[in-house]
Amino acid sequence: MKFSMRGFKEKLYRNVLSILAFSSLFFLGSIVLVLFKEGLPIFKKVNFFEFVWGRFWYPTYEPPEFGILPLLLASFQVTLGAMFVCVPLGIGSALYLNEIASFKQRKIMKSLVEILAMIPSIIYGFFGIAILVPFLQNLLNLPTGLCAFSASLVLGIMATPTVCSISEDALSYVPRSFKEASFALGANRWQTLVKVVIPAAGSGISSAVILGMSRVVGETMVVLMLAGGAAVIPKTFFEPVRPMTAAIAAEMGEVAMGSDHYHALFAIAIILFFITFVFNVIAESISRKYRLKLGLGQ
Amino acid sequence: MDMGTKEICKVSYFDSIKIRAEDINFFYGKKHALKDINLNILKNQVTAIIGPSGCGKTTFIRILNRMHELIPDALLTGRIFLDGQDILSSCIDPTEVRRRVGMVFQKPNPFPKSIFENVSYGLKVNGIRDKNFIEDKVVEALKKSALWDEVKDRLDDNALKLSGGQQQRLCIARCLAVKPEVILFDEPCASLDPISTAKIEELIVELKKNYTIIIVTHNMQQAARVSDYTAFFLLGELIEFGRTGDIFKSPQDKRTEDYITGRFG
Amino acid sequence: MKKEFSQKIGFSFISLCMFLTVLFLFSIIFFIVVNGIRVISWEFLTQMPKEAMTAGGIAPAIVGTFYLTLGSIIFSLPLGIACAIYLCEYSPKSYVVNIIRFSINNLAGVPSVVFGLFGLTIFVKYLGFGVSILSGSLTLAILVLPLIISASNEAILAVPQSLREASLSLGATKWQTIKKVVLPTALPGILTGIILSIGRTAGETAPILFTAAVFYLKGYPKSIFSEVMALPYHIYALMTEGLYPDKQVKIAFGCALILLFLVLLFSSVAIYLRNKHKNIYGYGN
Repeated sequence: MKFSMRGFKEKLYRNVLSILAFSSLFFLGSIVLVLFKEGLPIFKKVNFFEFVWGRFWYPTYEPPEFGILPLLLASFQVTLGAMFVCVPLGIGSALYLNEIASFKQRKIMKSLVEILAMIPSIIYGFFGIAILVPFLQNLLNLPTGLCAFSASLVLGIMATPTVCSISEDALSYVPRSFKEASFALGANRWQTLVKVVIPAAGSGISSAVILGMSRVVGETMVVLMLAGGAAVIPKTFFEPVRPMTAAIAAEMGEVAMGSDHYHALFAIAIILFFITFVFNVIAESISRKYRLKLGLGQ
Repeated sequence: MDMGTKEICKVSYFDSIKIRAEDINFFYGKKHALKDINLNILKNQVTAIIGPSGCGKTTFIRILNRMHELIPDALLTGRIFLDGQDILSSCIDPTEVRRRVGMVFQKPNPFPKSIFENVSYGLKVNGIRDKNFIEDKVVEALKKSALWDEVKDRLDDNALKLSGGQQQRLCIARCLAVKPEVILFDEPCASLDPISTAKIEELIVELKKNYTIIIVTHNMQQAARVSDYTAFFLLGELIEFGRTGDIFKSPQDKRTEDYITGRFG
Repeated sequence: MKKEFSQKIGFSFISLCMFLTVLFLFSIIFFIVVNGIRVISWEFLTQMPKEAMTAGGIAPAIVGTFYLTLGSIIFSLPLGIACAIYLCEYSPKSYVVNIIRFSINNLAGVPSVVFGLFGLTIFVKYLGFGVSILSGSLTLAILVLPLIISASNEAILAVPQSLREASLSLGATKWQTIKKVVLPTALPGILTGIILSIGRTAGETAPILFTAAVFYLKGYPKSIFSEVMALPYHIYALMTEGLYPDKQVKIAFGCALILLFLVLLFSSVAIYLRNKHKNIYGYGN
């Protein structure tokens, strides 16, 4: 009697847990479903090519134009700009922590970097708009400081701790014996770093960069506050732009539910979702291969 | 390989067989870890299982309380009888088997809880609620495991504060509290100093009055000191089984002799 | 000597990178602290906003952030721990593990504004919760779920296998072992995950833009179906809405300082705890 009761309970717990374990998949699937359900109707009005390649985003004009090329290019532009900041800074700092920092310094700095990676994006956006933008406007004598350049700079600083932290993990997985072998052949520390350690950790570092990129592309508050918001195809870094995330965040509050504009914003979200999805999948498969290569298992 | 049976028939201990392993074969994935093991374990005796590492001795005793079920991709054939009942049968509750066949592990593994909670744990998970009863059993178990005098004033201390040897005796007490019939020791002294080891060995000899004991060890002196019977395993096979004195003085098999005299392993 | 020279240049370069990283991040913190500290007072923390957001305090935003964070943890914690338990303890088939891990990793990478859209469609509109604490909490809960799962997962994996074996060998069932041995032992690690998640949710803005937050409320929220003010949204709104930008900036600095302080506090505590509890067990692996 006791046994059968016990056995029943065990099975029950197991089944309940196994159902709950699929919650992430359920949510991921629901997100995709919702995006498609709300986003696809726009393609009855404009075809996919016109949507992605259209040069004009005038969703509130009569007749409206739903071309997201300016938004896509703006996202691309600020991401590229941010990469110029966070890749050298992030990887450079990771190399510093791995190669130059003393054991104690490294331990403290790593924790510090991790803590800094937790600073919410609204803080970066706020810093940008309250301090950096007026400063840049004066310094560079710009018509407006709210431009792709400010957004890129702040996004880059924001992504640096992430890139640094993941790259440092990758560097620390490189077996000591690799370095020792190189030293034994008369290479100095810098040569060892460049010729042995970085190549060995290369795929780990590249997955850090891709994850950083994914974070930057999907970031909303910073670009919403700093990029300026003009939906025009960007020509230089010093004019206002409107990346995809900013368009969604700024316009969703004002659209009528079920309107073409509403569907168009969801369609942008589909594209955004798939860009980050692809980045994440690539980053994950690179880092898995990397760990397998170094014999670290999963 | 049914030497075990023969030996036992000769000494006519047949009625006091506590555990009987029949045709045990065990596979981890493709690895054939145990090959046709037939072995009888006698009641109220200490049986030592010796052999070089990787010979399957730990795997074997884990089967005796169905701990092998925790290993994924494992396959077991054969039967284990405990007092004549096939404990590998699917209609037997593994938790009941494990209550009857206790286990003490290589490294002391007390729960990160108080000393009292450690010993009472087994009683509680087996559905006992009566506080006074639990207290009596905890004290009894601690006394039997020769730990009572050292811990009676600090039963609420965290068990991790105890020394390694004390922790191991606590694990024995924890095991005794649920009143098992058989206790499996998996190299219980592997991580202990000589003084603690001596205490544990003394305890094992003491415990055999009330329990059937199986001890896995790679320390041959230990096997010689504590056990009545010895089984020698090599590469998943049971090579030889017999009275400890006989095995050590006049082994029948060349491989046993080589191992005991230290020629390999 | 060319070899030594290149080493010098290289090392100077990476030291410069480290220096710049630290400089940038600390200057952000520095400017916010210096400008924010001037506004902070007891009244600022405990009073309602006054005079069209140009004076008074930010109490409702602090309270709102507290509700949203609490709500999201209440929803995500049981789910996250259940998922971690299943992955670690019930050793499902490897393709099942791969599917679940894949979805966790990718859910973690979904842009926060997309969570906002999802919350808007499902919680606000479809389930009819409206713009409310409930909708916001649920949206944030899905966003932090991956974080909770991976922290719990790590904590549970760190529990030595030998403890599970000890428990099972005493006749405990699997569930008893999980409940009485695995979870209590993993608790410090799980707690670290919770604290990290609190830090993360407290600062998220995009997911609550359309699901929970409003710029101004007359009083404190009355139920889980009320709209709510929240610190991160308040900062955004103070900088982009309202009639008196100059006066609002000061208040925004105060808000930013409070938010920064909360987030840094939570994440430092979490990381401190994690480093301290690494290898707490002197035995086993």
